[in-house]
Amino acid sequence: MSTTLSLKQRTPVRPSRVLLHTFLVVTSLAWLAPLLWALFAALRPYAETSKKGYVSWPDKLSFANFTNAYQQSDMLHYFGNTLIIAVPAVLLTLFLSSCVAFYVSRFDFRINLFLLLVFTAGNLLPQQVIITPLYRMYLLIDLPGITASGKLYDSALGLVLIHVAFQSGFCAFVLANYMRSLPHELTEAALVDGASVWRLYWQIVLPLCKPAMAALGTLLSIWIYNDFFWAIVLISTGENMPITSALNNLSGQYFTDPNLVAAGALLTAIPTLIVYFALQRQFVSGLTLGANKG
Amino acid sequence: MSIDILTKSPEAAAEPPRGVPSKKRVPQGHRRLLTRRDRLTLGLMAGVPTILHVALVWVTALASIALAFTTWDGIGFDSIKWVGLQNFRELFDSNPQFWPAVQHNIIWFVVLILIPTPFGLLLAVQLDKNIRFSRVYQTAFFLPVVVSLAVTGFVWQLVYNPDTGLINSLIGANKPGHYIDWIGDPNLNLWAVLVAACWRHTGYMMILYLAGLKGVDPSLREASSLDGANEWQTFKNVIFPTLRPTNTVVLVVTIIEALRAFDLVFVFNKGAQGTELLSILVTNNIIGESSRIGYGSAIAVVLLVISLAVIIPYLISTFRKERSA
Repeated sequence: MSTTLSLKQRTPVRPSRVLLHTFLVVTSLAWLAPLLWALFAALRPYAETSKKGYVSWPDKLSFANFTNAYQQSDMLHYFGNTLIIAVPAVLLTLFLSSCVAFYVSRFDFRINLFLLLVFTAGNLLPQQVIITPLYRMYLLIDLPGITASGKLYDSALGLVLIHVAFQSGFCAFVLANYMRSLPHELTEAALVDGASVWRLYWQIVLPLCKPAMAALGTLLSIWIYNDFFWAIVLISTGENMPITSALNNLSGQYFTDPNLVAAGALLTAIPTLIVYFALQRQFVSGLTLGANKG
Repeated sequence: MSIDILTKSPEAAAEPPRGVPSKKRVPQGHRRLLTRRDRLTLGLMAGVPTILHVALVWVTALASIALAFTTWDGIGFDSIKWVGLQNFRELFDSNPQFWPAVQHNIIWFVVLILIPTPFGLLLAVQLDKNIRFSRVYQTAFFLPVVVSLAVTGFVWQLVYNPDTGLINSLIGANKPGHYIDWIGDPNLNLWAVLVAACWRHTGYMMILYLAGLKGVDPSLREASSLDGANEWQTFKNVIFPTLRPTNTVVLVVTIIEALRAFDLVFVFNKGAQGTELLSILVTNNIIGESSRIGYGSAIAVVLLVISLAVIIPYLISTFRKERSA
């Protein structure tokens, strides 16, 4: 950012810059290579690659593998499953963690620090530490008529709950820091004027937290969409799986050739890529929220 | 997977120097003004999320500890039997997968900290030089972080496939008799997975360091160059020391990522020969055929103890800063 601050005149083409760009271009391409390779394979028909080999000049590129993968595996259904899980999970996580953050950051209850500690530490635990009892608990909880499986296990509700419980640790910490940076006079004045606590939260604090909420929302959407572990353990019926873990089943069941697997994997990645490219700034600032700035 | 980056609160930088008597315990939010209804609202706002979080995360973590000292087939509570340290003894002495798994988790961490972390820092320093197309390069390095680890696993399988994969096709090892089975060979597969893990980790580290570098005071750099320091000296003596908070975050994130590692290996070969990991052993006890709950919990407890050894000191230092803020 700042190295060039002192050089006001137009920088001439320096050999060091050329070298730097060469290095960056080469490494960028190397970094993209696995994804480009998958794309290349996905665009070619199996018959062609099996005859000519995979490293060969393509005769014909087409989206046939993509449409086949999409139709054969009923992908729309699995995208739907993900949507049913991710949308409520993201919204609930943001709502509940902002409530906790509001509580610990705007009032000086004795329990505040401890409460925040509990949330933060919980999110740092590896998921496998809690999975065995959680799995048993989910099997024990009967929900006849509420979930299709009659239990918390193997249901979208079960996944939503664990996502909310686990991710709210991170979000509560970030939002608490963010809310603490808002001037206290704002809420104090309103409180003196007789506004209720809920109004303070809903009409004053929450609107001011929009940037942080947007960043966290983007991050959470991508994380929850990408979740593999919870879904693999807590969902037993292939039909009920969200797209990322469903891909694991599909690749054995339906996808017979590597080109089709490549197409299926890339299709699965498309929604996250769209979110990333559309909300790049939010995503990156979400990742570094709390790490370097408020 | 989730990412946890937590350091000092934003106002920590603006806090008055220590030793200056601070006006602590000034009631914020005028607690005395709170009506009964307000207190009830606040109770619910903090209570509901806390109950959910504690019940699903902390109660289960404690239950893991308790179950580690029992045997249980999962059918009915009366089949739970207290066995003391037997699960651990069996784990340490006779499970052929346990020590390799521990070793692999350690290798995972060492590789992540030695290769993608410095490389991510290098990329961040280069991209921080206000060069053209910076965003394009950043995106290229960052895409692997956006794509799920499961999809990453599939993509890399295409690269490693013995018959049709990129590597074997390029080096001519895709003909019968010459196959290199990157994923099937127990001497190679851990390293093959680690390449994919490093591929992803680099972009993540790059973003953390880029954010850290943005926070470095530009005048520091100018002062350093006025003093005649070259680029490397400036980085080593001026910039890097100011990145200390970022380095702490990076270290904690990397340890936790190494302990959590799961998706890639599960997609590759379910942690069969050569790629055992603690997380995989726990999971196999749940979704595999044998449901040995006490035994699986004992492995989870090992994982818990290692992670707490990292989490607790980190949180203490983080929250100490916070309290003084």
